[in-house]
Amino acid sequence: MSQETAMAEGGFWRDTGRTGIGAWIFSTDHKRIGLMYLYCVLGFFLVGAFLGLLIRLELMAPGPTIMTAKTYNALFTVHGVVMIFLFIIPGIPASFGNLVLPIQLGARDVAFPRVNLFSWWLYATGAIIVLVSLFTGGGAPDTGWTFYVPFSARTTTNVSLAVFGVFVLGFSSILTGINFITTIHRMRAPGMTWTRIPLFTWSLYATAWVQVLATPIIAITLLLVVTERILGLGLFDPTRGGDPVMYQHMFWIYSHPAVYIMILPGMGVISDIIPVFSRKPIFGYKMIAFSSLAIAAAGSAVWGHHMYTSGMSDTGVLVFSFLTFIVAIPSAIKVFNWVSTMYKGSISLEAPMLFALSFILLFSIGGLSGLILGAAATDIHVHDTHFVVGHFHYVMFGGTGFAFFAAAHYWLPKYFGRRYREKPAIVGWVFMFIGFNILYFTMQVLGMEGMPRRYYDYLPEFARLNFVATVGSWILIAGVIIVVWNLWHGLFKGEAFAGNPWGGATLEWSVATPPPTENFEEDPVVTHGPYDFKGAGVP
Amino acid sequence: MTTTQAVDPVFKFLFGACTVLLLGITITMIYFVVRYRRSKNPEPTSQVAGSPLLEVVWTLLPTLLVIGMFYYGWTSYLSLRTVPKNAMQVTAEGRMWSWNFIYDNGKSSPKLYVPVGKPVQVNLISKDVVHGFYVPAFRIKRDVVPGMKNHVWFVATSPGSYDLFCSQYCGTGHSAMISTVEALPPAQFAAWLGQKPAGVGAKGQELLQRYGCLGCHSLDGTPKVGPTFKGLYDSQVKVTRGGKPETVKADEKYLRESILDPGAAVVEGFPPIMPKTEMPEAELKAIVEFLEGEK
Repeated sequence: MSQETAMAEGGFWRDTGRTGIGAWIFSTDHKRIGLMYLYCVLGFFLVGAFLGLLIRLELMAPGPTIMTAKTYNALFTVHGVVMIFLFIIPGIPASFGNLVLPIQLGARDVAFPRVNLFSWWLYATGAIIVLVSLFTGGGAPDTGWTFYVPFSARTTTNVSLAVFGVFVLGFSSILTGINFITTIHRMRAPGMTWTRIPLFTWSLYATAWVQVLATPIIAITLLLVVTERILGLGLFDPTRGGDPVMYQHMFWIYSHPAVYIMILPGMGVISDIIPVFSRKPIFGYKMIAFSSLAIAAAGSAVWGHHMYTSGMSDTGVLVFSFLTFIVAIPSAIKVFNWVSTMYKGSISLEAPMLFALSFILLFSIGGLSGLILGAAATDIHVHDTHFVVGHFHYVMFGGTGFAFFAAAHYWLPKYFGRRYREKPAIVGWVFMFIGFNILYFTMQVLGMEGMPRRYYDYLPEFARLNFVATVGSWILIAGVIIVVWNLWHGLFKGEAFAGNPWGGATLEWSVATPPPTENFEEDPVVTHGPYDFKGAGVP
Repeated sequence: MTTTQAVDPVFKFLFGACTVLLLGITITMIYFVVRYRRSKNPEPTSQVAGSPLLEVVWTLLPTLLVIGMFYYGWTSYLSLRTVPKNAMQVTAEGRMWSWNFIYDNGKSSPKLYVPVGKPVQVNLISKDVVHGFYVPAFRIKRDVVPGMKNHVWFVATSPGSYDLFCSQYCGTGHSAMISTVEALPPAQFAAWLGQKPAGVGAKGQELLQRYGCLGCHSLDGTPKVGPTFKGLYDSQVKVTRGGKPETVKADEKYLRESILDPGAAVVEGFPPIMPKTEMPEAELKAIVEFLEGEK
């Protein structure tokens, strides 16, 4: 870390009483905490991507290819757990949220800086517990990230420790949520009215409520799995009066809203980037802000659409299918408003904008294939097939993942005072975009043809498309490597970056580069909206 | 109406509507990017920040569309759930990792034989964890949950063999838990259903089927999740007993132990995952005799 500090200049990189690693892991500065999250989540993203690559290699041809069934099952479980709990959920909110949110509000830090640091420690502890669980006891869990009972209660792999790690990670998420909600309510600068809050911060506000309200449910559910395994309570065992479907309800009551914890911040990133690179105010500000809250609220009541085939009552299917379609409406409103923002603008296709626009496209494909899954009749055929795998990768990777890279290209130069090179960023994006579609669109076709998910081996009729998907994964990973290397190299060694070259009107662009430890020399007074470029004096 | 006929029009409608929407969004985006690119449009020519009329339009239209989609999907789902009155009953037993289909006359089979043109109700029972009964050709799927009585129905309209998968992840052998639906002309089906298995050996094989042994142990020498039965009897087997390696002869005593308490001595190179099985002495004897014949 000290080496990195030496390379970056000024601002919060220098102003600290401590030296060495202690200046980071004991720092309560939201920017340092945000960067620590960033390094962690990016590292876990690369680990998860590597595991995904291995999964695709195994599926390149029918029959055993490079590993045993047992290894394969552990691999997709760990891929899911790492990507969901260690990358996507903390991904944008904890890293970019911490970096950007307080400055966007005109605050010197979050409301509870020490709690913020504690959240990071909980995250690090949870992550270490999860990692330890892979190599101890009965070995890496092989249950899938959903930990469905009764299988998760009887497998000999190290499920108990892994879910305990996820339990700890949950508290990190809850505390970050509480911190952000309080900061947004109490720490806004004079003049920062609710309708002047940038849409990224608005999206984090909606996300934070979901984090605070939904996460306790997964915590208690996972704890019950541990008690089931250790004490044999029989809560989910039908021969002793328990119910396996009950577990599925409890699991999805959190894990579906968690999808919105993952996607809402990505939508916020896009809402901040598109106006800047179009030099136009966001179209329908209030509708975008309101639709985030609508998604968070309605999204909390649709968990049952993961369970149409479970044996749940038909009334349940009716209600959950209807509510699922209702959630589609605010998402559609957002897409229409983003596209309209570009109308008669002055559009510059730089890296952040490219990632943002591809977000709209990939998220739309994911969202629309979600309609196929939301409709009761069609879901039955594609449920638990590769169609679902393709669908959620479109939303989670094409959506949140691409938004994560959009945010990285947009905000990180401000915090490092150096920037990446534009050309490799665009080349990397091209590889990512093409590889992504080859990989995941093919998966959706495979699902339509009936190939179930979590299959180590498959019938010969699926061989050709599986090969195509695997080739797609190589192109995708090549793009990811180019993009990450270019970012890393540029931020530590690239050209100097100063001021507000993209012309953003939100407060983070008005402070020094890199921002000083307390963000503002004087407390700011806000006199214009977040996308009022003239009011901000941006050319 | 068959289940496939009920579901496919919904797929067509949804895919059609989604394609139109996606093309609309994509073309508009690309048009804006090209038309208003900075090199051609250095300054924005409008600062419009919203339009209540447009917001109303693009809230209402999607609302109507998705309610239509919901309703269409729901009504077709009802035909998946409404079993015709004349349906033939079959019980499907799922276990880690094989299927066994039991007919009213007591006959059982690892493949699901059905008569063409007759609706079939499959009652789903799990012996261990959650499985999923999935036949892509008929667009049907239902989880097989321990302690629950789920069912599906379908009708095959032409003779043939249709893939049957386990769709709910159930452990190491999940992807091997596959079978087929064999649709036979009614007369041929009736003949098959009436057939009695002959001889002692056949009974042993039938038992291996019924207890799900053949899901993991082959009869033709190929290793699956567990070692093959071919040439097993009286051979020398390397096992781990109580953490220590030893070589034993696969005699009757060893085979009985391996069936009743599989965890006691685990064959080297295979995972210790076989569940304990309880069975009457007569059946155990029949199985061991059958394995002796497979030397």
